[in-house]
Amino acid sequence: MSQANRLAGGLIDRSRGISFSFDNKRYTGFAGDTLASALLANGERLMGRSFKYHRPRGPLTAGSDEPNALVELRQGAFREPNTRATVTELFEGLSATSQNRWPSLAFDALGINDLLSPFFSAGFYYKTFMWPKAFWEKVYEPLIRRAAGLGRLSMAPDPDVYDKGFLHCDLLVIGAGPTGLAAALTAARAGARVILADEDYEIGGRLNSETFVVGDTSGTDWARNHARVELLSMPNVRLMTRTTIIGTFDHGIYGALERVSDHLAHRAHGKPRQIFWRIYSKRAVLCAGAAERPIAFANNDRPGIMLAGALRSYVNRWAAAPARKVAVFTNNDDGLRTAADLVAKGVEVSAVIDTRADGAKVADADHFRGAQVIDTKGRLGLTSITVRLSTGETRTIACEALGVSGGWNPNVHLTCHQRGRPNWEPSIAAFVPGNCPPGMTVAGAARGVFSTAAALTSGAAAAREALAAIGIKALPADTPKAEDQPIRIEPLWHVGSAKGRAWVDLQNDVTVKDVKLAHQEGFRSVEHLKRYTTLGMATDQGKTSNMLGLVVMAEISGRSIPATGTTIYRPPYTPVPIAALAGRSCGRDFRPTRLTPSHKWASEQGAVFVEVGMWLRAQWLPRPGEIHWRQSVDREVLTTRSSVGICDVTTLGKIDVQGKDAAEFLNRIYANPFGKLAVGKVRYGLMLREDGMAMDDGTSARLAEDHFVTTTTTANAVAVFRHMEFCRQCLWPDLDVQIISTTEAWAQFSVAGPNARRLLQKIVDPQHDISNEAFPYMACGEISVCGGLRARLFRISFSGELAYEIAVPTRYGDALIRALVDAGKEFGAVVYGTEALGVMRIEKGHAAGNELNGTTTALNLGMGGMVSKKKDGIGSTLSEREGLNQPDALNLVGFRPLDVARPLTAGSHLISGRERAEAANDQGYITSVAFSPSLCHSVGLGFLKNGAARKGEVLRAVNPLKNEEVEVEVVSPHFVDPEGERLRA
Amino acid sequence: MIINHPLLGPRDAQEFVYLGDATLIDRPDWQASEALDRFYEYLYLRDNPAGMHRELWFHEQGDRSWLVVTRNTVTHEITSVELARDVARARGRSK
Repeated sequence: MSQANRLAGGLIDRSRGISFSFDNKRYTGFAGDTLASALLANGERLMGRSFKYHRPRGPLTAGSDEPNALVELRQGAFREPNTRATVTELFEGLSATSQNRWPSLAFDALGINDLLSPFFSAGFYYKTFMWPKAFWEKVYEPLIRRAAGLGRLSMAPDPDVYDKGFLHCDLLVIGAGPTGLAAALTAARAGARVILADEDYEIGGRLNSETFVVGDTSGTDWARNHARVELLSMPNVRLMTRTTIIGTFDHGIYGALERVSDHLAHRAHGKPRQIFWRIYSKRAVLCAGAAERPIAFANNDRPGIMLAGALRSYVNRWAAAPARKVAVFTNNDDGLRTAADLVAKGVEVSAVIDTRADGAKVADADHFRGAQVIDTKGRLGLTSITVRLSTGETRTIACEALGVSGGWNPNVHLTCHQRGRPNWEPSIAAFVPGNCPPGMTVAGAARGVFSTAAALTSGAAAAREALAAIGIKALPADTPKAEDQPIRIEPLWHVGSAKGRAWVDLQNDVTVKDVKLAHQEGFRSVEHLKRYTTLGMATDQGKTSNMLGLVVMAEISGRSIPATGTTIYRPPYTPVPIAALAGRSCGRDFRPTRLTPSHKWASEQGAVFVEVGMWLRAQWLPRPGEIHWRQSVDREVLTTRSSVGICDVTTLGKIDVQGKDAAEFLNRIYANPFGKLAVGKVRYGLMLREDGMAMDDGTSARLAEDHFVTTTTTANAVAVFRHMEFCRQCLWPDLDVQIISTTEAWAQFSVAGPNARRLLQKIVDPQHDISNEAFPYMACGEISVCGGLRARLFRISFSGELAYEIAVPTRYGDALIRALVDAGKEFGAVVYGTEALGVMRIEKGHAAGNELNGTTTALNLGMGGMVSKKKDGIGSTLSEREGLNQPDALNLVGFRPLDVARPLTAGSHLISGRERAEAANDQGYITSVAFSPSLCHSVGLGFLKNGAARKGEVLRAVNPLKNEEVEVEVVSPHFVDPEGERLRA
Repeated sequence: MIINHPLLGPRDAQEFVYLGDATLIDRPDWQASEALDRFYEYLYLRDNPAGMHRELWFHEQGDRSWLVVTRNTVTHEITSVELARDVARARGRSK
């Protein structure tokens, strides 16, 4: 079959044939076709199976509101389910597959569901799969997921590239039909920065589907060759086709999805598949048009039954007749246009069924006034309809397609995204925009103005009005002449007392009867109706069905349509791939990676890296022959403790604090006092939150009377800086103090171990005396190294060893690590990673993130005495609360397994004696554990009730997750050098 | 949302970090009588209005200003944006 249903004319390029496949069958179409129009031209009406009953379905619409014609597009990892054939542009080699059927579209075994439909009425999931309870996860859910679904995911990573972008404009015009074009032209001529966006690939909107004249030419020609050409000639206009405005957000911000490459066989190199734009507009004019709605009658879902306006689109725009013999069923004048256009195109119109008694007559067609379609026939496609005439007699009429028009609904969605509610307008029997979001006006069919002339003038007027509000004067528009026919409608929503099923929501297989059942069972609000029956859910969000559903609900409940109301419209207007929202922020690029100054050197050594926040830090540095991480870490620890080790500690936050009141500032943000710290000295600081919980800790070095360098933990660098700015600006705005983050300005290395001083003396310039006498524990100073390079030296220790931290401007960090390693050779120095760092701090009993976990106070941490009561400090008042100072408060202690061969597990809870391992008997928990190579057994830190007084007690460390218990002895948290002799050496 | 920064003009809300009620500026005097109660109220008792709300935002991806933004929590309309430092001074805070 080769495009047997192709008509003359249309906006297709017949010089460019395109071959494509559907369910592995080859077809040809033309450039300008959609997949749906090309299939119809080839005589294929059947394009899918319905969600629940697997009923054969064809396209209902010719646009993005399509509920039925959903296909799997492309292959392999590129496969995308639930793609609407009605908006899929045809490209060479396109391959599509029907979905939700087995083994084939024409014969679907699960069509049995259709026969079982009495069991599948509204809410059947809730009623049927309730018991036995255990069956849900193992039996019911997998079964339902297999049977009732739409397309299949590829289950492979998405190979495409997506982008995000930002645009700014004076006026955003949403929709490029006659209204939008008039609005954009008016604004563009006034010099405003205009963005005109339309989801279609052609501009013109409905003009492309109609035979209207605009000015002295066809509507299509006016849109393409006049409006478009003029807009493209103006530099202040950005014309965006294939771009759907998917949501209205706060303050004039709109979300837009641009399909950059979806219409191409292969994405061009360097181009993304789609771009998610965030558009910042001063004003917006919504020209989104209107969408036609069906009338429900028995078996109104057969392939070939579609909206009358869609039929017109297929014959006028794509020159594709869904069939050679067509009938039309309408309750309004617009439906009659379809009959007239079909006749004009030479398609046989077998009947026009007008529900009104006084509808106009269309030439060359059997015309039935005051009649209704009450049933249809045709298993895989329509073959005939049954009509009940005004006389009451019924007649069967042969036809392979039926155009249905129940009237048009303005596309009010974007006006409602900030909880706006539309108003009922009886003259068109539809909802029109109510209160719009600030900055938005609505024009044309989207506000219920349906004639072309009115669309043009309303678009131009809306643009002028919007621009006037932002001080841009636009001239009164000179809009071209166009048809100005009123559309008379006599509402009819569904054909009553039907014997068969009359479908309301084709995508979710909801019938008129289902709506009635929902009401009967008490689901009377439209929101409940939606959840109970699933009406209006899934990819089309009920664009063709919501109105019908709520009208049926209104009828049964006896309420008016406006009193029944609509469900809330939410973004997105049409589906947006999550990948487009993510843009390039995925995989490795999900967030930035920060590299330490020694990263290059460490990579050369084969270091194993670990993510610490955004940083990549060396975790350990294996040497040849080491096959287990413990070998590397144990060596790094033991060498540091016996000789010297070097570690990159640049990632710790560094905050430069300067000003006359710098000391007073630190005095207030730390629990312990800083006022009397001498220049050239460092002090440990414990930072509390206002509620008295420990927030962070670090050191502050006083480089001058009015200059400190404060450090934070790696994890809290950002939060601490934010907190310090809060204190500075909001609490004490007149303190003379300035702060700035210098984390990335200085490369900083820890040099620790008995040989640390000897190593440093080799690179510190000789005029600086760093002997124990001249530069004792907790000293700091500005020095120079390697023959004049400016540096800072701090004698502080995290490992418990004689230790220093040395900092140089970051650009010398790589050079310094190499110099330190060189200088360390004679001592057998190691470079250690975060793992050894962690082992040594646990051996030394220093608290870190596991202990500063947001629930622990200074008292818990064994630092209660540090909280000064003689000064105001953040958190000092509330840390005195009674509940935080109970005698059985948790204290930080150490744990050692009685059986030294057994490892401890962090997170284990502590239980006394033979008591049951349950929450009531909880004595505390273990926070950090490590294998101590110094002691040759596992060691742990943790919190124990009144732990400071319980040294020597034996407890059970219980890990119910692994059903294990270890007997532990409570010990001092300082496993190594408890007297602190080493660090003062 | 767009926050009209008093120094930098309109900026996207994504550049900011939210803290909460601007009454956090009114930190009690630690030496006041019943200071413990005052701090408890300061830290834990908040109004949660459906409507106008004065709240603290930090321009973290910008100039590091703390701002007091007056925002309608129902509509997101922002009626004023001030430097928190100016607000703090106006409320009697100094050193």
